[in-house]
Amino acid sequence: MPTQRLDNPNSIIARKQAEPPGEQPEKGLITLPGEADREIEDLAGATYLTSKLDAMVGWARGNSLWPLPFGTACCAIEFMSMVSSHYDISRFGAEVVRFSPRQADLMIVAGTIVDKMAPVLKKIYDQMPEPKYVIAMGACATSGGFYRMYHVMQGIDEIIPVDIWVPGCPPTPEGLMYGILKLKEKIERGEIRR
Amino acid sequence: MSTLTRYSAIPYTGPAPTNREPYVPVEATKMDARGGELAGRLRVEQERGQDLPTLLVEKERIVEVLRALKEELRFTLPLDLWAVDYPNREKRFDVMYQLYSLDNNERVRLKVAVDEDESVDSSMAVYKGFDWFEREAYDMYGVRFAGHPNLRRILTHEAFQGHALRKDYDPAQRWLCTEKDVAKLIPKIDPRFENLDTDFERVTLNLGPSHPATHGTLRIVVTLDGEKIIGTEQEIGYLHRCFEKSCETHTYQQAIPFTDRLNYMSAIINNVGYCMAVEKLLGLEVPARAQYVRLVLSEFMRIADHLVCIGTNLVDMGALTNFWYLFQPREEIYGLIEACCGARLLPSYTRIGGLAVDVPPNFLEDAQRLVNMMPKYIDDVDNLVARNKIFLDRVVGVAPISAQDAIDFGFTGPCLRACGVPFDVRKATPYLGYETYEWDVPIADGGDTYARYLVRMEEMRQSLRILQQAIDRGLPPGPVMVDNPYVALPPKEKVYNEMESLIYHFKLIMHGIQPPVGETYFQVEGGNGELGFYIVSDGTKNPYRVRSRPPCFAIYQAYGQMITGQTIPDAIAALGSLNIIAGELDR
Repeated sequence: MPTQRLDNPNSIIARKQAEPPGEQPEKGLITLPGEADREIEDLAGATYLTSKLDAMVGWARGNSLWPLPFGTACCAIEFMSMVSSHYDISRFGAEVVRFSPRQADLMIVAGTIVDKMAPVLKKIYDQMPEPKYVIAMGACATSGGFYRMYHVMQGIDEIIPVDIWVPGCPPTPEGLMYGILKLKEKIERGEIRR
Repeated sequence: MSTLTRYSAIPYTGPAPTNREPYVPVEATKMDARGGELAGRLRVEQERGQDLPTLLVEKERIVEVLRALKEELRFTLPLDLWAVDYPNREKRFDVMYQLYSLDNNERVRLKVAVDEDESVDSSMAVYKGFDWFEREAYDMYGVRFAGHPNLRRILTHEAFQGHALRKDYDPAQRWLCTEKDVAKLIPKIDPRFENLDTDFERVTLNLGPSHPATHGTLRIVVTLDGEKIIGTEQEIGYLHRCFEKSCETHTYQQAIPFTDRLNYMSAIINNVGYCMAVEKLLGLEVPARAQYVRLVLSEFMRIADHLVCIGTNLVDMGALTNFWYLFQPREEIYGLIEACCGARLLPSYTRIGGLAVDVPPNFLEDAQRLVNMMPKYIDDVDNLVARNKIFLDRVVGVAPISAQDAIDFGFTGPCLRACGVPFDVRKATPYLGYETYEWDVPIADGGDTYARYLVRMEEMRQSLRILQQAIDRGLPPGPVMVDNPYVALPPKEKVYNEMESLIYHFKLIMHGIQPPVGETYFQVEGGNGELGFYIVSDGTKNPYRVRSRPPCFAIYQAYGQMITGQTIPDAIAALGSLNIIAGELDR
C-alpha cells in the first residue's frame, strides 16, 4: 500500500491514505518523508510517529523561535512593524520577543553595527545559549550598506556567524518574515551545525 | 529661471551656473545691516554677504561676546556649535556658533578662526547646552576647548585615532575596538545627594547600549542610592554612521538617502530639510505642486513620528495595547508613501528641485481617508490613558525640566513646547507655505513626561488640521520638478531623442549639481525640533561640508540632569517621552 504525504512536501509527518472501511488497517500509520518505505510495528494498536531524533528536534526548534531583536537603527522600526498587529509574526511562531540573550535562540541584528557597538554585539551573542541562530537584517548588518566609512562595520559576519542575510534598506516586514521562514526550513533540514 | 515646460523641444535658455561663482543670498542686504549693528555694538568684525548676521570673533574674546549676546541682546537659545576645516588657510579651523533669540525671532552666527595647536575658551560657562557640541567638535576636528570639564571623545570609540572630519582623514580608515577599550564610566554624584544619609548601599548600574527600554543604542550609567538615582553618565555614539563625512564624499543628489536615515521615524522631513537647504544655495524656486506634496507628506510623517513615540513610550510603561493599536494607522501612512514612491520607511522621495516622481492619481482621496480615520485612533488612546490612574502615577511630575533649563540646554520642538515655550520653526520662519494655514502651536505646563505626552497628542491633531485644509485646497497643477537641466534630469524620451537633453543628462550624471561657492543654513521643524542643515559649497559637485543640526543631541544631554533624584522606572518613562532617535543623535 503506497503512502501519500500531506500537502506540504517539507512536512515531516506523512499519513497513509485512508483505508476503505472494512479492510484491515496496516501497521505503522505514520512515516517520515524519505522514509516512506519503512514501517514500524504498531505494537499497542495506537498511532505511532517514527522519525530521526534530529528531524524531530529540528521541527520543534524551527517552529518555536524566540527572537532577540538587536535593533540599532532604521531596521528595528521595520522589525517592530513585523511584530505588531498588521503583519503579526506570531502566525509563524516567532513572536516571543526576548530582550535577554539568555532566553533567546534567534538574534535578529536589525540596523547598522558600528565599531563602537561591535564588542557589545559579540558579548551578547556569546551570552546566548546553544542552539543559536543569527539573521542579519538589512544592507548594513549584511555588508555595511552604503556606509563605507571610518566607523561602520562592513557586515556583522566580521565578528559573528550569520545564518540568513535579508537584503533591503530597510527590508520590508514581508522580507524579514521570508527570512525567518527560510531560517526555519534550514533548521528543519538540520543544516545548521556549529 | 526658464519659463519653458519640461517637455518642450526648445533647449533651456536660462543662465548656466558657472563654477566658483560666489553665492549671494536674497536676504544678504538685510542681514548685513543687522550684522553691522551687532558688530558695532560688540566691537567685532562682520562677514558680509551671508544668509544670517555673521560675526567674526577673535578666540580670546568669544566668551565675552557670547555673554553679551546672551545677556544684553537676548540670544538665549544655543542652537548649534560646529567646526569646518580649511587645511590651506593660515588658521585651519572655523568654530561656528549659532544662536537664536526667542524674544526677537532672529538668529546670529559667530565664527572663530583657530589653528591646530590652539585652543578656544569653552563657552559652557555661558551656554551649558554647548557641552556635547564642544565635545563633538573636539572628537571630529581635534579643536580643544579650554575649561571644558569633560573634553573626551563622544561619537567615535575609545580606540579611535585621529579626527575623522578633518579633510586629510581617509574616510575608510577604521580602527579596531575590542572589549578592553570600552570606557569604564563612573557617574559623578550630584552635589545635592553627596551627603545623603541612608541605610542603602550605593550601586552603579549600567543600562544599555542594548537594552529594551533604551530605544536604540543609548548607554546610561547610573549610581543608585537605594532606588534613587544620585548620579548619571551617558555615553552615545553607538550608531555613529558618519553622515557628515559621507556627504562630503558623495554628490549633492547622492546625499539625500543619507538624510533619510537621520531621524528614520520621519524621513521625509529630513529629505525636505536637506533639499531645501541645497535649493536655497542654488536659488531655486520649487514648483507649487512639489511644495504642496512635501508639506502634506511632512505632516503625515510628523504624525507617524509621534505615534511611534507615544506607542513605544506606553510599552515601556506596560501598556502594550496602545502600541499594537497605534501601529495600525502608522502602517496606513506608510501605505500612502509607498503609493507615491515605492518605499515605506525611508522613501528618499524628494529631489533637489522637486520630487522624484509625481503622486498617484488617487493621492488626495487616500490622504482624505487617512485624515478621516486618524482622529479615532488618537482619541481612543487618549481616552484609554490620559485619565488612567496608573499612567498618571507614572508620568505626572516625572523628570521635569524648567523652561529656563530647557532653553539653556538648547531644547527645541515638542520637548521645549512642553515647558510652555511656544517656539515652532513652522511659525517662526515659515517655509513651504505654512504661514497660509490656520493652526496653533500647542504648549503645556510643567515640562514633565505628562506634558510631553499632551503636547505630542495635540500636535497630531494640529497636523490633521493643516492636512484637512491642504486637502480642501486641492493639488496644484503643474510639474513636480523644476525646469532647469542643470538640476533636474531631462525626461528619458528627450534624452533618447535630443542632443541637448543627452548632453544635459550626461553632464548632470558625471559632474553633478554644482552650486555657487558659499555657505547656507536652512531649518525645518522635524519630529523632535529644529532640524537644520548647514552646507558649505566650494563650487564642485561634492558638498565641502554638510552639518546637520540634530534636535535630539541637544535634548539628550539634559537627560542626566532630568532623571537625577528620580527612580529607574521614572528614567525609562522619561526617556521614551523625549523620543531620542539614535540615528539623529549620533548621525
